[in-house]
Amino acid sequence: MTDTQAAAAAVPGAVQPLLETRGLSVDFGGLHALDQLSFEVREGEIVSVIGPNGAGKTTLFNAITATVEVSDGDIVFEGQSLLGLDPNRVTSRGIARTFQNVRLFANMSVLENVMVSQHCRTKQHAFGALLYTRAFRREEAEIRQRAEEILRFFGTRLIGYRVDQPAFTLSYANRRRLEIARAMATQPKLILLDEPVAGMNPVESAELTGLIGRLRDEWGFAIAVIEHDMGVVREVSDRVVVLDHGVKIAEGDYADVANDPQVIEAYLGKGAGER
Amino acid sequence: MTATLPPTTGPQPGGTQPEAPLAAPRPALAHDWRRIARMGSIAAFGQVFIALSNMPVRLDERLIVKPVLSLGYLVLLILPFAAGYRQGHQIKREGVPTYAPGLNEVVGGLSCGALAGGGLSLLAVLLTHFDLREPLVNWSPILLDLLAFGNATWFAAVIWLVIGGGMGAAGGVLRLLGPRIRRAVVTMALAVAGAAVLESLVVDLAEGLGLETLTDRLYARRGGVNWSSALGLAVVSGLLAVVGRGRFRQARTRVTELEGAKRTQANVGLILLTAAVLIVLPLFAGKLTNELLANVGLFVLLALGLNVVVGLAGILDLGYVAFFAVGSYSAAVLTAATSPKIAPEMPWLAALIVVVIIAGLVGLFIGAPVIRMRGDYLAIVTLGFGEIIRLLFLSDWLSGWFGGSQGITNIPAAGIFGLTDVAGTDPRRVFYLVLAFCALAIYVSWRLEHSRLGRAWMAVREDETVAEAMGINTVNVKLLAFVVGAVLGSFSGAIFAAKVGSVFPTSFLILVSIVILVVVIFGGMGNIIGVIAGSAVLIGVLGGPKQPGLLVEFSEFKLLIYGALLIWMMLARPEGLIPSVRRTRELRQQEMAQDAWLRGEVDDDDGGNGPAGSPSAV
Repeated sequence: MTDTQAAAAAVPGAVQPLLETRGLSVDFGGLHALDQLSFEVREGEIVSVIGPNGAGKTTLFNAITATVEVSDGDIVFEGQSLLGLDPNRVTSRGIARTFQNVRLFANMSVLENVMVSQHCRTKQHAFGALLYTRAFRREEAEIRQRAEEILRFFGTRLIGYRVDQPAFTLSYANRRRLEIARAMATQPKLILLDEPVAGMNPVESAELTGLIGRLRDEWGFAIAVIEHDMGVVREVSDRVVVLDHGVKIAEGDYADVANDPQVIEAYLGKGAGER
Repeated sequence: MTATLPPTTGPQPGGTQPEAPLAAPRPALAHDWRRIARMGSIAAFGQVFIALSNMPVRLDERLIVKPVLSLGYLVLLILPFAAGYRQGHQIKREGVPTYAPGLNEVVGGLSCGALAGGGLSLLAVLLTHFDLREPLVNWSPILLDLLAFGNATWFAAVIWLVIGGGMGAAGGVLRLLGPRIRRAVVTMALAVAGAAVLESLVVDLAEGLGLETLTDRLYARRGGVNWSSALGLAVVSGLLAVVGRGRFRQARTRVTELEGAKRTQANVGLILLTAAVLIVLPLFAGKLTNELLANVGLFVLLALGLNVVVGLAGILDLGYVAFFAVGSYSAAVLTAATSPKIAPEMPWLAALIVVVIIAGLVGLFIGAPVIRMRGDYLAIVTLGFGEIIRLLFLSDWLSGWFGGSQGITNIPAAGIFGLTDVAGTDPRRVFYLVLAFCALAIYVSWRLEHSRLGRAWMAVREDETVAEAMGINTVNVKLLAFVVGAVLGSFSGAIFAAKVGSVFPTSFLILVSIVILVVVIFGGMGNIIGVIAGSAVLIGVLGGPKQPGLLVEFSEFKLLIYGALLIWMMLARPEGLIPSVRRTRELRQQEMAQDAWLRGEVDDDDGGNGPAGSPSAV
């Protein structure tokens, strides 16, 4: 991992970034939630977004996935702007996300949660279902197979009897895992994880940290992750971006950022860095 | 008989659990008088309300058991009984002692019932001394006469205390009986009541099958079950209940436990059997029964359509009648010679294709603006569109097309490939036609529910924002639900037009939307069988907005009963008569999670560290 970190730090912008925001601003009334933010994620990279509460981290994710309106600037994904697209179009372009407060389809089964998330990658419509065509049956089988494959990624956590249980019966940690599984099912190029280990105990955090690395290594996703747990951030990140009041105050690898006086000030208050 | 202990097997979460006391008789006179007073007064209020709604007088003509019990008196007897039964109800909580029912239940029931009957006693006294006909139109001597059984007022005052107390005590006694005997008693009551309610249906079928002697013996000439036959029926059904105890459930679990191919076989067999019964039955049934079946079928078709919209996609459509109206009117305009504008009259089947296209377009047209709204706003707007469509058909502006308030009359029968003509004069053919379309609608709902589209509907119903974020084009998906619903509703409309032979704007009141929605909610939203059962019970027994049901006498009080049933259903069983698994989950999430916890099936997989988690709600 250190190799990639080094590479990323050595030649920033050498390759065309997968996702890039250019001067992105989001205003809520008079409040600048994001102010002229330039942020990028490269192919196969894990970027952590950190910052104190209210720094605009989730707003950044919301802006990328088109759930809040962008006031200024541009969001470019694979060389094309995402502005003006509906959230579902953004997802089908290849950006998936999880939610800070877990939002599963609670009454659907674990398997159905993952199956339904393949919606934008499949195309059988009403007539195929009504006529029960061969193509329909094949696609259904494929959807199920892919869902099972994704669930197996989480070891024994989400398979076995749990597959057919409604999602609300899952433990908290498993709900978080299922959210990630659901994001994987949309077959994205980039996954945005919003506080994936929030509320987990250290053992679970450590397990999920490993999982985030494997998501990149085995599935080839680029990942942007909002996280408060600095242990996790240090562990997974190729690069760390620090936001405060909607502005990027620092960027670089974990060690640089952690020692940045501005970052320490943002987290701990003025004067803390001088001691 | 024995009150069960709180479960002591299985895991004991929390570690310490108070020692559950043994079931012991409740100490003498330890009545919860406040509870009794509350239940009794509710029942008394209900009694007076029923009496003043004129239900007893009107329903007195319908005999249940000749000559002792009419439907009118039955509605008065049922409340004290229910109150008496209910007051003995003990909520089983862990750590809180439950008592074995004893004499106290009877005494409590007696007091409760007497209080309920007291309401009527008071009413009887007031009836003689005051005249309140001005606000209360049913405040009449006839009512007094009915309450007093033709005797003096004091008799009514006393007898209702006695009757109420008796019914209440009977309710209490029912609590004392063991589950087996209780089941037998309930079955007996249901058998007699069912036989009485289904009288016209049974008589009609018996005539077709040549079994008149049987029904002649069962039913009195003027209606109602004969006293002696009622007794016999009760004995037979009670015995059957005792003997067949659990057999039905056993059989059902045996079917549900089947795996794979065998399960499919069983299902196919069951469907074929049902289909065979539905195809053969009308052959032996008379006009009346077939008419009833056809009406039920039309509403099944409508309810299935609405079920796609409300039950599957979760779009609360309060203006569903619009599609019924569009189907009816477009079929009428296309087929009737009397329709003003369109000259070439089409055969019904050809018209149906156009009807489907029109209905789909109207669905799109109404859906497009509506679909962007959510929740309450959406419901209100659909309500508005439902009315707009009706008013358009009524308007003078379009009367050149639709005949305004005169409607369109002389709609020809629906010709099916020149084989038969289906018209209202032969309800059997109408029923077969409706049956075919119901089968189609069932197939469509079933297939779509278990497809990519059905899953997307589910997701949209669960959480629209997340569904959108997971790549589902929610607008398209919801629009499609609207269109499917519209097309299914228009089938019903087109058959309705051919059946009745005329369409008027008054057939498409907002009430129809409400009734269809009530059918879907009552039957079990999201479940095909539930929706059919809902139609059968509500439309078949009580009657539709304009169609009489089996209990013709109820037609005046239909909406009252609908309302009462709906309220009761929402309180007792919000998931409906035959609920869909998913809907039950939605409404009973926490209970189910707790049950799973007690069974030790909780998912406490938290990485192998930390204590067994408690069930947490989503």
